[in-house]
Amino acid sequence: MTSMTGSTTLNAQTTTTLPGAEVLLRALVEQGVEVIFGYPGGAVLPIYDALFKQDHIRHVLVRHEQAAVHAAEAYARSTGKVGVVLVTSGPGATNAVTGLLDAMMDSIPLVCLSGQVPTPLIGNDAFQEADTTGITRPVTKYNYLVRKPEDLAPAVHEAFAIARSGRPGPVLIDLPKNITVGDAPYVDAGAVTPRTIRMTTQPDRAAIARAVAAMKAGKRPLFYTGGGVINSGPQASENLRRLVALTGFPVTSTLMGLGAFPGTDERFLGMLGMHGTYEANLATHDCDVLIALGSRFDDRVTGRLDAFSPGSFKIHVDIDPSQINKIVHVNEGIVGDVGEIIAMMIEEWEKQPAYAHKAELEAWWAKIEGWRALDCLRFGQDQAPDAVIKPQQAIQRIYELARQTGRDTYVSTEVGQHQMWAAQFFRFDQPNRWLTSGGLGTMGYGLPAAVGAQIAHPDALVLDVAGEASTLMNIQELGTIAQYRLPVKIFIINNHYMGMVRQWQELLHGSRYSESYSDALPDFVKLAESFHATGLRVTRLDQLDATIRQALEHNGPVIVDICVAEGENCFPMIPSGAAHNQMILGPEQEAVSATISKEGQMLV
Amino acid sequence: MQVEVSGSAVISLLVDNESGALARIVELFSGRGYNIQSLTVAPVDEHGHTSRVNIVTTGTQSSIWQVKTQLERLVPVSRVVNLTAEGPYVAREMALVKVVSSGEPRTEALRIAQAFRARAVDTTASSFVFELTGSTDKLDSFIELMRPLGLVEVSRTGVASICRGPQTIQNF
Ligand SMILES: Cc1ncc(C[n+]2csc(CCOP(=O)(O)OP(=O)(O)O)c2C)c(N)n1
Ligand SMILES: [Mg+2]
Repeated sequence: MTSMTGSTTLNAQTTTTLPGAEVLLRALVEQGVEVIFGYPGGAVLPIYDALFKQDHIRHVLVRHEQAAVHAAEAYARSTGKVGVVLVTSGPGATNAVTGLLDAMMDSIPLVCLSGQVPTPLIGNDAFQEADTTGITRPVTKYNYLVRKPEDLAPAVHEAFAIARSGRPGPVLIDLPKNITVGDAPYVDAGAVTPRTIRMTTQPDRAAIARAVAAMKAGKRPLFYTGGGVINSGPQASENLRRLVALTGFPVTSTLMGLGAFPGTDERFLGMLGMHGTYEANLATHDCDVLIALGSRFDDRVTGRLDAFSPGSFKIHVDIDPSQINKIVHVNEGIVGDVGEIIAMMIEEWEKQPAYAHKAELEAWWAKIEGWRALDCLRFGQDQAPDAVIKPQQAIQRIYELARQTGRDTYVSTEVGQHQMWAAQFFRFDQPNRWLTSGGLGTMGYGLPAAVGAQIAHPDALVLDVAGEASTLMNIQELGTIAQYRLPVKIFIINNHYMGMVRQWQELLHGSRYSESYSDALPDFVKLAESFHATGLRVTRLDQLDATIRQALEHNGPVIVDICVAEGENCFPMIPSGAAHNQMILGPEQEAVSATISKEGQMLV
Repeated sequence: MQVEVSGSAVISLLVDNESGALARIVELFSGRGYNIQSLTVAPVDEHGHTSRVNIVTTGTQSSIWQVKTQLERLVPVSRVVNLTAEGPYVAREMALVKVVSSGEPRTEALRIAQAFRARAVDTTASSFVFELTGSTDKLDSFIELMRPLGLVEVSRTGVASICRGPQTIQNF
């Protein structure tokens, strides 16, 4: 198997010949690229030289290649466009690997361009050589090593098609230096037939009719929506709202799907899963029809599999056929674009006989309201002026005060307790505003993600809800923030612990806090100042609101070190290996104990 | 949960003949914990742009269905057919079997080879190399019979397979 892109069909046309780097940039411009996140090095110098000579594409210089990928992910997620990354060979490419897998797991469309040593040197352990296509094969949707000049432009065009199509994901193009230096023919996107067309399918109308019939028969129905609705585009969120309004069914969402349905709508039960709300999880357990829309039955969502929504008729809509019946056996699987399928469900709903279980649906809602009344996210905040701030209090106030600004707001997070609290307390009314690392749970995502979102939306309010441990994993991006004067607001929920690790150690490992204390932390205020940003610190309740307001009103980058209670746990929690009706609740709620099995310990 | 029985399946693929395509397929199996019992690959179209890959795998029905849908996601893969599930098919492999013996075992080996229609493609005073084509079962039993008769080495191709009748992999 030797030649590459053997099947990217080329339609006849007259060709222009240009240096490879210029062919590359021209193809990017044709693909609508406006911004590249990157970091230079020997193998990509010809590309940087070509960038220097043009003004169509803006390059954002990050401080680490992993951050370039996360920034591009946030750019992509918040705009619906393909994010573009440029890294050098060897260490540049290997540094990008975590970000690529992050994008793969969360279905984010990216194109990553990596430099490579010249083709005659490949395989010789040349300086800064890495088998980049080998290393990135399992973390990309597809990758290319461009060996021949005539493959360059077609590879770029096809890469964008692959990144966007079906279930989106990252595509890498490895570019040997002789290919970018030497001449290559330019071909237009229109002249290339990408292989993605092999994979397109039309939704099965009969299956949709059966699914809607099952929905009409449902007495305790529930929509379980995921990131697929967001990936499908704003129209899918619009359609979802219409379908919910039409049916009157309750909605829960995965972490990745937040914002597809308005978080403030009364039909929204909050997130489901490990740190989902009481009402969402019990509804999932007790429903009789579960309609999964662009969600994939992730283990954080399902908990113990044999106890997942045990009695329900399951409908699964997904663009990726391999997701259907992968984890949970479903009764009706529908493959296709979820936005389109929701629209078809609406048509079908209106065509079929009227819904005959209004009374049962009302009873179902009454049950849900009963669960809701527990107020599972309530926490006890000591109201004394000098009281220690609870992390939940901090996050809730960041949300409320940011909302009061009335500005279009994008929120990124790091990974840990603060991420889960942010998912619980922030209520998104629009898609594409919530930027978090779901599938991979990558600490170090939040700060570069805030960079990407602010670059994409210069006038918007961009918040990063961070943990003190995670944020140190890509803290160098304060340099990028300074260079581009990005007015991002970084709220460090500083509990002096890898809080999520500490929580598991408390619950599962006899409170032996092995290596989870955040020792020797920097002074975040001084750190901010040394990176030309504003640093604020708050340690007592009576200063919390004022400090958050000060940060939100400041027109430059701010780090707020919010010193919070160290020992708080994030509830509700379904311990690994437990069922949805075995949640652990917070001290404020009546304790419903769940025993954590040995398998639970192994499930991580 | 009910326990599903494991079985083997022959999966045939058409794949763009490009670098890394085979690695993608093999890594999909190893990365997701599926098993490959045998694998064959060779170009099959007149220009050498398309290769056919035949994989014998084992697993439960649902895991084999999973393998198939995962394979279909790979960009260079244009066709995936589970021949075992889709109806009658022919599957053949070839084996080269070396037997080193003399006297009665040597004569016995030759007799069995004739019964199996195996050809001796190399003969010395002390050894034979038999070439045998057939189903995997047939090859297995031949090799079992040769074991006590001086079997020293086996080389097998793995399975090439094709569906019976006028139907082709293209029109499943
Ligand atoms: C790169 C990486 N390493 C390790 C982990 C495991 N991990 C998950 S949460 C967490 C602690 C995060 O601590 P912090 O950022 O302070 O957030 P908190 O939970 O305290 O809110 C760790 C270590 C991870 N998710 N990612
Ligand atoms: Mg912490």
